[in-house]
Amino acid sequence: MNPHRTAWLFLAPALLVLGVFFLVPVIAALGLSLTDYDLYALANLHNLRFVGLHNYWALLHRPLFWSALGNTFYFVAVGVPLSIGTSLATALLLNSPLARCKPFFRTALFAPVVTTVVAVAVIWRYMFNTKYGLVNYALGEIGLHPVDWLGDPHWAMPTIIAFAVWKNFGYNMIIILAGLQAIPPDLYEAARIDGASAPRQFWHITLPMLRPTMLMVTILTVAGYFQLFAEPYVMTEGGPLQSTMSVLYLMYQDGFKWWNLGVASAVAFTLFVIIFAVTMLLLWFARRGERAAGGRA
Amino acid sequence: MTRHEGQGRPTTPRWRRWHFLWLLAGTLALVSACGHQSDQAKTLTFWAMGREGEAVIQLLPAFERMHPEIHVDVQVLPWKEAHQKLLTAFAGGTTPDLAQLGNTWIAELDALHALQPLQPYVTHSKVVRPADYFPGIWATNRIDGTLYGVPWYIDTRLLFYRKDMLKAAGFAQPPRDWAEWSEQMAALTRRPGPNHYAILLPVNEFEQLLSLALQQDAPLLRDNNCYGNFESAGFKHALRFYVDIFRRKQAPLLANTEVPNPWTEIGHGVYAFYLSGAWNINEFRRRLPASQQGDWATAPLPGPDGPGAGIAGGSSLVIFRSSPHKGQAWALIEYLSQPKIQQKFYALLGDMPPRRSSWRGSVLRNDPAAQAFRSQLERVKPTPAIPEWERIVTEMQLIADRAAHGELTVDQATAELDRRTNAILEKRRWMLAHHQGRDP
Repeated sequence: MNPHRTAWLFLAPALLVLGVFFLVPVIAALGLSLTDYDLYALANLHNLRFVGLHNYWALLHRPLFWSALGNTFYFVAVGVPLSIGTSLATALLLNSPLARCKPFFRTALFAPVVTTVVAVAVIWRYMFNTKYGLVNYALGEIGLHPVDWLGDPHWAMPTIIAFAVWKNFGYNMIIILAGLQAIPPDLYEAARIDGASAPRQFWHITLPMLRPTMLMVTILTVAGYFQLFAEPYVMTEGGPLQSTMSVLYLMYQDGFKWWNLGVASAVAFTLFVIIFAVTMLLLWFARRGERAAGGRA
Repeated sequence: MTRHEGQGRPTTPRWRRWHFLWLLAGTLALVSACGHQSDQAKTLTFWAMGREGEAVIQLLPAFERMHPEIHVDVQVLPWKEAHQKLLTAFAGGTTPDLAQLGNTWIAELDALHALQPLQPYVTHSKVVRPADYFPGIWATNRIDGTLYGVPWYIDTRLLFYRKDMLKAAGFAQPPRDWAEWSEQMAALTRRPGPNHYAILLPVNEFEQLLSLALQQDAPLLRDNNCYGNFESAGFKHALRFYVDIFRRKQAPLLANTEVPNPWTEIGHGVYAFYLSGAWNINEFRRRLPASQQGDWATAPLPGPDGPGAGIAGGSSLVIFRSSPHKGQAWALIEYLSQPKIQQKFYALLGDMPPRRSSWRGSVLRNDPAAQAFRSQLERVKPTPAIPEWERIVTEMQLIADRAAHGELTVDQATAELDRRTNAILEKRRWMLAHHQGRDP
């Protein structure tokens, strides 16, 4: 038998599943985004109008889309470095030979990842309550004015970011921890013999050796954080003054609250293009950094 | 465990064989019983939402005793997901036989042709008599002259207030018109002490501003509900009154998610007024101490000049066009519409019945807190019955919130609201132009 045909035969089940459950829906959604599919079209397909790129055009002229995009970028730009920084810091602490009770701390720090977002959001809402919250109580104890965490448009997004970082850092922490444990100890030994201080060891051994892990973690986190939805959905419902409205939340509202599936599909594809572009940019930076590092060596 | 198995091993096969036979016989009997049953008893699927869904289950055993041939399967949907679930069910062809429907959703499901017109049933009914219903709430169930639902309970908003605080500020009566209301709110805001306000108006609820807007003569939409009419003098008057309450710091800029327990705060005197709905009667009774039970009361909503209109919110009972058991579904609607059952429903939940005769029961007649609602219900007014209304009213609340925060003036807010409303209604205008009527 032709080896080519055999290969296709073995690939066929996977391709079939991918085609039916991924490719077809994506193409259908792309088609949908070129129409004004809404409640009336659901009632009768004769009410469906082909509108070409009008949904995309209208989206670009919609202030709410731009503010949602701004909010999403804000969330990604602040949330991703904070999240990865926290993950790296906790992973370093857990990996330190001085740390005690490692399994306990590893489990405790990973716990927020496996908790239900809705359940912990209720607790966070209480903690950040303006009048009765623990956070404002602590601020009061050190003589600071209370902050309207979830009601002030300027503070709501930072609160959401804090919530998301706390909820998600454990996942990356585990991956980075695995990366740290894969670094051969003789590198550190050699550095110590050469008299390198701890910060220099971190800068010249740990970070370069972690580079592939960090790249993967960054790409996954950026793609994940761009799809901000659950946190504002359960904490603020997009408010106050739509300051925690994200692009994905906008899509959910258009699609499933108002049933404008045409517009919602256009939002989805726009978000896809943005995430794709940002990921490519990250990869390009990483490759350039690698080349530069290679050149130096 | 293992030891037991080892000991029993020699006898197991025979035992197992018998066991298997019994199991088979049992299963067969069950299967035949099920088949038998489905010939006689019809199962009605009834979708109900939130608290109402949980309460209605307690009313159904009596109905099933009266109609042994009907079995009702109540499925409780959370309010937040109900709308999406209904539309998805329609798209998937899995709508129930009958459902509780927020009355602003009737137009939407009618646009989908999902609902059964009910006038023929009502005409022949000895129980459901339209003249007995409050006219404002009955009107919410008619779309272009066709009746699609029977009102189940009404949700209107009015004033809860602290009698003792009003008295201390020098007012013997709750406000009857906007001028009195403004005067009382100003006086209550002036009282000494930190962190208190005259009124609680959660900024993420549209019902408060909508109530004020319905008190105006100008309609909210114009030209056969094809364009927004928010730049009318009437709506601007209502919005200005609403926004001024916040600008004068008589109400805090808080969403209801940030006020988890308004009852205790009103008990502590943080607010003297609360513009809210009937379910709060039970909450105030439950959460305030006995010593404070004489301090709070309800009052009809003040209007621009004299007692004003209120919103005609609430739920209706509807039958789906695709249901094979429409007769049985109507029997259940008739049962739930009996004044006696509505009084029981009120006792369970505090949901206000939509029929005048239900209000003659002793529980409601002797309840002073409910009496303010009784007079308000005669003045409830429906909102435009079009599928887009819910979206328009959401935009109204978002823009009013921005105006309350001082980001927009009243003129800017109303212009923006009309612009967004007209964009939302574009498809409706196209539909009307192309089909010479709402339905294709």
